[in-house]
Amino acid sequence: MAAVTQVPAETIADRLHALENRDTLRIAICGSVDDGKSTLLGRLLAEAGMIPEDRLQQMVRDSRKHGTQGGAPDYALLLDGLEAEREQGITIDVAWRYFGTAKRAFIVADCPGHAQYTRNMASGASNAELGIVLVDARAGVQTQTRRHVAILSMFGVKRVLFAVNKLDLIDYDVARYAAIEQECAELARSLSIAHSDTIPVSALNADNLVEPSPRTPWYVGPSLLGFLENVPVERRGQTAFAMPVQWVSRPDQHFRGYAGSIASGHVAAGNEVIVLPSGQRSRVARVIGGSSDLAQAQADQAVTLTLSDAIDVARGDVVADVAQPPQIAAQFACHVLWLDDAPLLPGRRYLFKLATRTLGAQVTEIKHRIDPDTQARLAATRLSANEIGYCNLSLDADIAYEPYARNRTLGGFILIDRESNATVGCGTLDFGLRRDSNVHWQHLDVDRAARARIKGQQPRCLWFTGLSGAGKSTIANLVERRLHADGFHTITLDGDNIRHGLNRDLGFTDADRVENIRRVAEVAKLMLDAGLIVLVSFISPFRAERHMARALFNQGEFLEVFVDAPLEICEQRDVKGLYAKARAGDIANFTGIGSPYEPPESPEVHLHSGNEAAAESAKRVIEALGL
Amino acid sequence: MADTAAWHTHLDRLEAESIRILRETVAEARRPVLLYSIGKDSSVLLHLLLKAFHPGRPPLPLLHVDTTWKFREMIAFRDQRARETGVELIVHINQDGVARGVGPITHGASVHTEVMKTQSLRQALAAHGFDAAIGGARRDEDPARAKERVFSLRGAGQRWEPRKQRPEPWGLFNTRLAADETLRVFPLSDWTELDVWLYIRRENIPVVPLYFADMRPVIERNGALLVYDDDRMPLNEGETPVPRKVRFRTLGCWPLTAAVESDAANLDEIISEMLATRLSERAGRIIDLDPADSMERKKREGYF
Ligand SMILES: Nc1nc2c(ncn2[C@@H]2O[C@H](COP(=O)(O)OP(=O)(O)O)[C@@H](O)[C@H]2O)c(=O)[nH]1
Repeated sequence: MAAVTQVPAETIADRLHALENRDTLRIAICGSVDDGKSTLLGRLLAEAGMIPEDRLQQMVRDSRKHGTQGGAPDYALLLDGLEAEREQGITIDVAWRYFGTAKRAFIVADCPGHAQYTRNMASGASNAELGIVLVDARAGVQTQTRRHVAILSMFGVKRVLFAVNKLDLIDYDVARYAAIEQECAELARSLSIAHSDTIPVSALNADNLVEPSPRTPWYVGPSLLGFLENVPVERRGQTAFAMPVQWVSRPDQHFRGYAGSIASGHVAAGNEVIVLPSGQRSRVARVIGGSSDLAQAQADQAVTLTLSDAIDVARGDVVADVAQPPQIAAQFACHVLWLDDAPLLPGRRYLFKLATRTLGAQVTEIKHRIDPDTQARLAATRLSANEIGYCNLSLDADIAYEPYARNRTLGGFILIDRESNATVGCGTLDFGLRRDSNVHWQHLDVDRAARARIKGQQPRCLWFTGLSGAGKSTIANLVERRLHADGFHTITLDGDNIRHGLNRDLGFTDADRVENIRRVAEVAKLMLDAGLIVLVSFISPFRAERHMARALFNQGEFLEVFVDAPLEICEQRDVKGLYAKARAGDIANFTGIGSPYEPPESPEVHLHSGNEAAAESAKRVIEALGL
Repeated sequence: MADTAAWHTHLDRLEAESIRILRETVAEARRPVLLYSIGKDSSVLLHLLLKAFHPGRPPLPLLHVDTTWKFREMIAFRDQRARETGVELIVHINQDGVARGVGPITHGASVHTEVMKTQSLRQALAAHGFDAAIGGARRDEDPARAKERVFSLRGAGQRWEPRKQRPEPWGLFNTRLAADETLRVFPLSDWTELDVWLYIRRENIPVVPLYFADMRPVIERNGALLVYDDDRMPLNEGETPVPRKVRFRTLGCWPLTAAVESDAANLDEIISEMLATRLSERAGRIIDLDPADSMERKKREGYF
């Protein structure tokens, strides 16, 4: 707690006030064996003054006996479990560490590194807001590194910090570090980690752990502790209200309350709510937190709600915002990480627990197994311990849920063996497979938001405009492939194809050009209403037409992508031989030759496709989508 | 109406998670009980319990395993809190141990703890048929606890079985039990000693006055300061209790718990002292000075 005592000239009251108001960061730290994870954590805690004096002295004494540093202090010993742990075979379990500064309290899940311990990462990663992945500076990104990031990604960790350790062993070589930094960034991107950062450290010499190190003058970022203190933490308050009912409180005939922890959003007295899966509606009468009534409560808070109607609500039900309730299903596509030594067998019956609901379940089909090192899809008829599969799951009854990517509480589950009572698997719901036509859905309008929600995505229209041969179709195609691989629902409307079908009655007069664009824009809008991400790839040379298209959509739904390559280059490429024909006078009104192209004034995305690789352009479009 | 705009501090999140764990225990266990040991962690647990079930009364009893060597102030505090909160309190004493005259001075720390605490707890849990016992232990107390689950499975005879412990992703607790199995539940797993004191301060939670510095009759033995609570402990030659200003960081049986010299007479001073001294909490627990791995062994034997 030295970080606390260092702050100068403050009163006890100030200091306590700061401590009382600090926030939390939940971290999962992983690394391969010998990357220096234990040394790093031990050293960080010691440098930051968080190890009690008697334990430090003990460590120094133990280092002389069985340290790995030839008698010098071995900071890894601060964390090492007892001898007994080894006998018991639990060295591979996640160890929980706690430390803090005046700004933040840290809860660290210290995850084991070995390939065969994948399952042990689950508990640590499941609630983590930040993943720290150790990388040995001599080796760079390894197969294991990739696996760790893949599991963090599967468990919904959106932020990863790569700690490139043992910098002393590469003589603090900036070029080597830069190469690793690049590798890390690419790895994170390929596994859909939204935010990634890299820090050069030496656990042994305490470089960049607490203070910026003089040995890395070329590194201008924060120290590890500085990073941890300041990295933003995502909150779950932005989404619609949902609360799994944990306990029905009926102390006497006059009071009936529903106790639970809020899974998402906010709730206040007067809010209209729906109880799922039954579909009954009511209003929130009181929000009770602790021993007083609250004006409102938010995600993660433990509250007791009372409703204004006497309806039937039980543990396992979900109380939710009537306007945007979670979905209902009994069959799912999901990822399963198998934990037990006996394999998962399709057709076998297990117990399933999600939030506060427990019911019977079976995996009906293993669609494929995922290679944790390469993400390749492998055929599988069973899942052994540590294996991850993509499965179809069937429950004995409907439940309210959200796709895991949207909500960890309403999308994360465990499987329990009915005989041994062991927790044998855990997983994440992806989407519901068949929607039973339950009565309670009939009074909910199926609108654009509802259709989009079931697809787990925000509908968008990506409007690619540019000269013929600028690369619109190529880039649009790459974007669509990427989105599809990531599980998004898409459609491409391509100029050439549409003119063969829907618009085959249209020519190239000005009137026909306008009608051509109008029809395409209307079709795009219908598809947006269906919840799709629509990629329109049309030359669409005139600003007015593009304005007209844009006007059909809501703010933020329409992204104009200017595929900007100079005419000379397009003409050189001339993939379809059209420029040659136009120059020869065989095609009238050809854009760029006989007819103008009006470049967009402020496109959402401006791609310089003349000198940028199509793959790079596609990446920038995906980034702009911000999915 | 309370203002919740600033909700989401570390203490808020700890509190909410502990309440969730308490409710989950009550919702899923057949017959849960809260092990109330009178110390600061138990005080926090009791406070959280009241919050978790407000406006109703907590639907489970408290159990105190009395070794008969607790400070008198602790017993008075226990009875007062039970009266004030109206929660049912069960006090269990190992009568067999009493009949045999087992105590820390005559039999030593290990035997005393084993008979009057560990065995006694087992007796009480079995006699009442409790299947889930909630305790105030924290993972930060000792490296040996760093891997402990929130819901810890105990086999026959309350033994801790390392290999049968269940993963707890997303805080999803599997509470299914075979006939002779029980659960220990630790709602304060993620709390640190500092969190506990900050929360006591924020919530104004009553604690035993022994935590605050005061003049007390002290004898010094093997470098440890012992507060002389009654005359069951024979004094060695040359030992006389002298008044010294001391307090406790952790409370247990009085001949087994060392005090520290201190001027910290209120919560702010306790916390400041804690931030400054940097000795681990357990340095004051004489029982831990037993052979290495003793924590580990006690855990297996059902001490926690
Ligand atoms: N030179 C050097 N060695 C390190 C550094 N960090 C850790 N090590 C060494 O790497 C080995 C493995 O470290 P350890 O912390 O036990 O790795 P873990 O398996 O990831 O927990 C030990 O011999 C450490 O002393 C570092 O920054 N520089």
